[in-house]
Amino acid sequence: MDEILKTCLYDKHVDLMAKMEPFAGFYMPISYTGIIEEHQAVRQHCGMFDVSHMGEIRIKGKDAIPFVEYVTTNEIASKPFGKVIYGLILYENGTCVDDLLVYKVAEDELFLVVNASNVAKDYTWIVEHTENFDVLVKNESEYWSEVAVQGPEAETILQDLMKLTLSDLGFYTFKTAFWNGHDLLISRTGYTGEDGFEIYGDAVAIPEIWDLLYQSGKVLPCGLGCRDTLRFEAALPLYGHEISDKITPIEAGLGSFVKLEKPNFIGKAALVQQKEAGLVHKLVGIELTEKAIPRQGYEVYSGEEKIGVVTTGYLSISTGKPIANVYMDAKFAKIGDPITVQIRTKKIPGLIRNRQYYKKNYKQEEKKI
Amino acid sequence: MSKIVEGLFYAQSHEWLKVEGKIGTIGITDYAQESLGAIVFVDLPEIGASVAQAKEFGAVESVKAASDLLAPASGKVVQINQDVIDDPEKINHDAYGAWLIKIELSNPSEVKKLLSDADYCAISK
Repeated sequence: MDEILKTCLYDKHVDLMAKMEPFAGFYMPISYTGIIEEHQAVRQHCGMFDVSHMGEIRIKGKDAIPFVEYVTTNEIASKPFGKVIYGLILYENGTCVDDLLVYKVAEDELFLVVNASNVAKDYTWIVEHTENFDVLVKNESEYWSEVAVQGPEAETILQDLMKLTLSDLGFYTFKTAFWNGHDLLISRTGYTGEDGFEIYGDAVAIPEIWDLLYQSGKVLPCGLGCRDTLRFEAALPLYGHEISDKITPIEAGLGSFVKLEKPNFIGKAALVQQKEAGLVHKLVGIELTEKAIPRQGYEVYSGEEKIGVVTTGYLSISTGKPIANVYMDAKFAKIGDPITVQIRTKKIPGLIRNRQYYKKNYKQEEKKI
Repeated sequence: MSKIVEGLFYAQSHEWLKVEGKIGTIGITDYAQESLGAIVFVDLPEIGASVAQAKEFGAVESVKAASDLLAPASGKVVQINQDVIDDPEKINHDAYGAWLIKIELSNPSEVKKLLSDADYCAISK
């Protein structure tokens, strides 16, 4: 078995007595003071996450933009430099290799941020498809550490403590900064449904930022536990749950990040065909009408017929409601229709609903994500 | 260091049983509530239902996980604790006070299969 890695903030998590668990090959904090408190801190004030486990891949060369447009679903050429673009990497059959953020650095340079658990797979996949493109692909994951600072107070607190101007950063844009002798990349992005920033730097810079924020007493350390409850309420997908190598982005409701009008990208033919034929499966929301917690893997029924399975579910911390994402037979996926969820020995009733469980609170709203 | 109460019987699966005559009171241990974290939901059987030793009778759930409850002894449910259903975090605050169900024991000799407080202390460190 491979050795489990530690991020540059590992000792700080241990000092804070975080509950640690192996995740994607790293020892990561699940929670410090409790998932509920951390969740609320991000919704109401400001929290910070060690997300140094994320993968970073740099694409350089004169074909950088056409190449990334070929291996991912979204449109990049038309976007300005300094923009962050959400997209997906697909297999030929249209299912997902991963989802990712594309940072548009320059005409000949893009910076990709991918899921920790998929870095090796993504890197191999990307390299394998470089044949007809003049590009250089570099896995920089070992170099980069990352802290995500999220919540309605994130901008004010970061500007004040780091003495940086961030108010000029629009939603899903980034800039580089030279701070305390360190090169940083800062984007107005996140995975919580709140305003916030993700800061990339080396293993010296990120602990300095962490300490500065922690010692201010204004930013609560938050673990992967609440990262999941937050992203779920905001209807943001997680690989292995809402998207996977069995699910296409169209089925997962991510069609707006898939530009079928692009001349060509891997997976396009399969998605065009799927759209024409109509969806067989679809991701929907459900809400139970009795108190119980619908969890990942639980079966969903219409009468006696099994029609789907829960991909993520919680007793929502923000609303107190038992809600879940369900990957469901599309012919049953009608808002308002009754369903039941098999929870242990009982079938608990509920209704199909949209997945807008929580109204996203972004500073400068753009269309979706 | 989690708390253990003398005079109760303990299951390997971290439930406790208090025996008073024919009535057995069942809850989860302090060690169990600590490992679960904040409890947000408790799923309990109806009054009149039968439970069997070492078999599932409900669940306690934290934000992240559902943990099955296994009955430390067999019997019929005679009372459920509405207080913990309404406010599951009571279990986090006082695992031995916030009992879950009371049963009428159908086979009191089953308690021989359970652990004493000293034995439970050894496995819950």
